[in-house]
Amino acid sequence: MKILTCPLNGPRNISEFTYGGELKAMPDPKACSTAEWADYVFNCENRRGLVTEWWLHNASSYWFLAERHTGTDEVLRTFDPRELFTQRVDFAAQETRS
Amino acid sequence: MPFSLLKYGLSADYPVEVDLPPPRELKSSYDVVIIGGGGHGLATAYYLARYHGITNVAVLEKAYLGGGNTARNTAVIRSNYLTSEGVKFYIESVRLFKELSNEFDFNIMYSERGQLTLAHTDATVRAFRQRAEVNKHFGGRTELIDRQQIRELVPCLNLDPGHLPVLAGLWHIDGGTARHDAVAWGYAKQAAKRGVEIHQLTEVQDFVVENNRIAAIKTNRGTVRCGCAVQAVAGTSSLLMNKLGIRAPLHTYPLQAMVTQPFKPFLDPLVSSSALHCYVQQTSRGEIVFGGGSDPYPLYHTRSTLDLKESLLAHAIEMFPFMANAKLMRQWAGMTDMTPDYSPLMGLSPIDGYYLDAGWGTWGFKATPICGKTMAELVAGGGQVPELIAPFGLDRFSRFQQVNEMGATAASH
Repeated sequence: MKILTCPLNGPRNISEFTYGGELKAMPDPKACSTAEWADYVFNCENRRGLVTEWWLHNASSYWFLAERHTGTDEVLRTFDPRELFTQRVDFAAQETRS
Repeated sequence: MPFSLLKYGLSADYPVEVDLPPPRELKSSYDVVIIGGGGHGLATAYYLARYHGITNVAVLEKAYLGGGNTARNTAVIRSNYLTSEGVKFYIESVRLFKELSNEFDFNIMYSERGQLTLAHTDATVRAFRQRAEVNKHFGGRTELIDRQQIRELVPCLNLDPGHLPVLAGLWHIDGGTARHDAVAWGYAKQAAKRGVEIHQLTEVQDFVVENNRIAAIKTNRGTVRCGCAVQAVAGTSSLLMNKLGIRAPLHTYPLQAMVTQPFKPFLDPLVSSSALHCYVQQTSRGEIVFGGGSDPYPLYHTRSTLDLKESLLAHAIEMFPFMANAKLMRQWAGMTDMTPDYSPLMGLSPIDGYYLDAGWGTWGFKATPICGKTMAELVAGGGQVPELIAPFGLDRFSRFQQVNEMGATAASH
């Protein structure tokens, strides 16, 4: 059994979690081109090394970030996304245009 | 011929046939450099040499021939996919597989046993109807069969596993298997015989790009210039593409498989169930091979986990209860480069003269011959993309034209 430490719920079996993909910077959906948006939606670096990625604790629906080495499967750190995301992105408010 | 046998028996110089010539130094330049000495890379080299007369070719392999996913897959050959693009492509591959032993004069142990996929829900039965019709339309042999027919095909199968009774089956008569190492060695031997150089223990470390065109490849044994290059490195595709700044939707996941002690022959068809995340087949040596879904998150490693073994074998035992007493003999894993639409990335890249054969996820072995043939056409045509692989271009994602094969994987990943 592999243990992942959830910032909210503490150390849990990794089977309680879902992998959520690499942390990527989102382009501004209003200003970016279709190609930029496709790149954001589909492409990733898929690096071998230390990466920052999203994880979900299924039972509590809590999303957080983990620093994991994709060559050795070592998790160095897990942390709350509020460390990086200080502002809320509100998609609903932008749907008034045309 | 008995007389020639007798002659060679008495003579001291029996003509020993050498599969591969001994290694030599890298030349300073080749017309074509193929990165990756697995089935796909070797097949590309073979079709280039045999059908296009291009023999100034080097295949660079970082370890040994066919030691990556070519030797790690579960050797399933089938063409019962979902999309017309996929079915056309894989039907051609199955056709080439059937002729391969004759073409090589080398036995790849192709065995057409049929493949049975089980449906446990009404939705899957509907999807199977569609797959059967698409398959028949393009000349494949696939039928929807009922419980009684399944019972006759596989008498030892439990038709009521737990909460998922079997409702129907997709019976793919063209399904089969072959010896995967023999496929790689058959291509290697025939390519080498025609002048292709195969360099093992030769790792690509970097690239030289001039005016957005691939110019040279830096390896641990020196730099070679090349007219063009083909990348066929499966699980580590992204690592090479990142060096060239090519962005792609690839995620590398380990896929685990295992094999039991040998049994008397009892299972002729290859049996799979996507609801139970499991596929099962008996090899010609009598061993039972189990494969299942990929690991739950990406990793560049071929380690094994107990969690996956437990869940996979629990399902396998639901299907074949008597296997609870079987002993596992070996287990292993391969690194698979998965795409979001479960179709490969083939064809052009943003770098001129650099061709991609990637994104083969968990479905690469069955495409080996057709991949080699179409990639060779692409190279020989100077970048003119053959019609058969046009839908699989990397640019389909920026055009939002994916080829969705998600419903057609043997085990959901």
